[in-house]
Amino acid sequence: MRGDQINLQDIVARSASPTPSPHVRSGNIQQVAKLIDVSVCIGCKACQVACSEWNDLRDEVGHCHGVYDNPIDLSAESFEVMRFSEYVNEEGDLEWLIRKDNCMHCAEPGCLKACPAPGAIVQYANGIVDFNSEHCIGCGYCRAGCPFDIPRYSEKDNKAYKCTLCSDRVYHGLEPACVKSCPTSAIMFGTKEAMLDYGAKRVASLQERGYENAGIYDPAGVGGTHVVYVLQHADKPEIYSGLPKDPQISPVVEAWKGITKPLMSAVLGLSVLTGFFHYMIKGPKEEPEDDPDPEKAAADRELDRREGDRP
Amino acid sequence: MSVRVSRRNFLKLGAAGLGASSMAMMGFAPDQALASVRHFKLSGATMTRNVCTYCSVGCGMLLYARGDGGANVIDNIYHVEGDPDHPVSRGSLCPRGAGVLDFIHSPSRVKYPEVREPNTNEWKRISWDEAFDRIARHMKDDRDRNFQTHDDQGRLVNRWMTTSMVAASACTNETAYLTQKITRALGILTLDNQARV
Repeated sequence: MRGDQINLQDIVARSASPTPSPHVRSGNIQQVAKLIDVSVCIGCKACQVACSEWNDLRDEVGHCHGVYDNPIDLSAESFEVMRFSEYVNEEGDLEWLIRKDNCMHCAEPGCLKACPAPGAIVQYANGIVDFNSEHCIGCGYCRAGCPFDIPRYSEKDNKAYKCTLCSDRVYHGLEPACVKSCPTSAIMFGTKEAMLDYGAKRVASLQERGYENAGIYDPAGVGGTHVVYVLQHADKPEIYSGLPKDPQISPVVEAWKGITKPLMSAVLGLSVLTGFFHYMIKGPKEEPEDDPDPEKAAADRELDRREGDRP
Repeated sequence: MSVRVSRRNFLKLGAAGLGASSMAMMGFAPDQALASVRHFKLSGATMTRNVCTYCSVGCGMLLYARGDGGANVIDNIYHVEGDPDHPVSRGSLCPRGAGVLDFIHSPSRVKYPEVREPNTNEWKRISWDEAFDRIARHMKDDRDRNFQTHDDQGRLVNRWMTTSMVAASACTNETAYLTQKITRALGILTLDNQARV
């Protein structure tokens, strides 16, 4: 059956599936997290290469856009990109802010909420949000539901793709490929708790060095994320190539999946039921005789019964 | 053969279809959707330690090859990642090192000796024996012609200044020792052993 070789049994949420997933085995599974320390990133893009290598992705060689961003945007074959921004601070000094942009693995994923294909998006007990491409119908709603604009649609197979936080590696006890490759320890991996601890130390160190507003980016609007940033200027995340200050699942998606869908399902079900009872009580609709002449009308009925074409 | 569907049957089928799709929409899907992670691609691979060939930092690498070393398998490297036990890099790699797989399998990689004869722009494939013989011949001729035993002031020097040895950085200690030994034994003074070869 379509890509269903493994029944993981540690899935805590599935897209478009009202029946709960089997997840009795989620007990004591630790929540994992990736920490991206923007303050020590040198923008070498080893993580990007390691990502492509591990995931067997080879995106098209693009063009230079006059900036270091390469590729210029995420794609179905580039799960992560480094976004470079030049920021002039209050003292008039230039700061080069380099942010590794990839899926944030939200605790309350907007993509999963928006997805209409059963099981195409799942959330594991360890916090990873994964796309099961076998079930993807390529509608692109996940991108509309994502507060960080991450999923990308592939023109090759009409399916959506994004970073998996190397769920295959993590499942086998390894760290994600990007984490392992990082030569400056700007990307760290561990339990969410350990990452927040480590992040707090980094923030304290940055504050000591004069970055008063340094902080951890773990937005509460999406229930926290399993990819957290350490930012020098946590008070204005938007300077990091448009990192949203208070990301929320779009109210349209919320209204549609939260209110409209169950309401419309109820209305639809009710109308089917009404039709059924109407049929039982009133019976089928009788057509009036077309012809007042009983003989011709009888001939018409005969024709109807034989289900033939009318002359 | 044409299937005849009367107006009435057509409507019935339509209603059944609509009903079924509404039921599916309300969650009574006939097929239970399970999930699966991508299969772990390194299970059973042969792992070999090596040193990155790119620069003089010499990061440790793990080369993963398909096949377990059996006599009937020609191994092929299909994944490379950092060696966490290597004291220099502790598992990390730079973008070039992380992408070394495509360097290994590059279509333009030189896999056998080639020679470009004078007055031509064509590379001709030759055998290893032929290549060694030709290199040895050239070296011998040049050394015989230009070897200096004494300098201008009559001091004993025994040097060969017209040929240099250019080696790459990623060699092991043993290779470096042999390179040095051969070069010095021949009297070559100009030896460069650096990253960007």
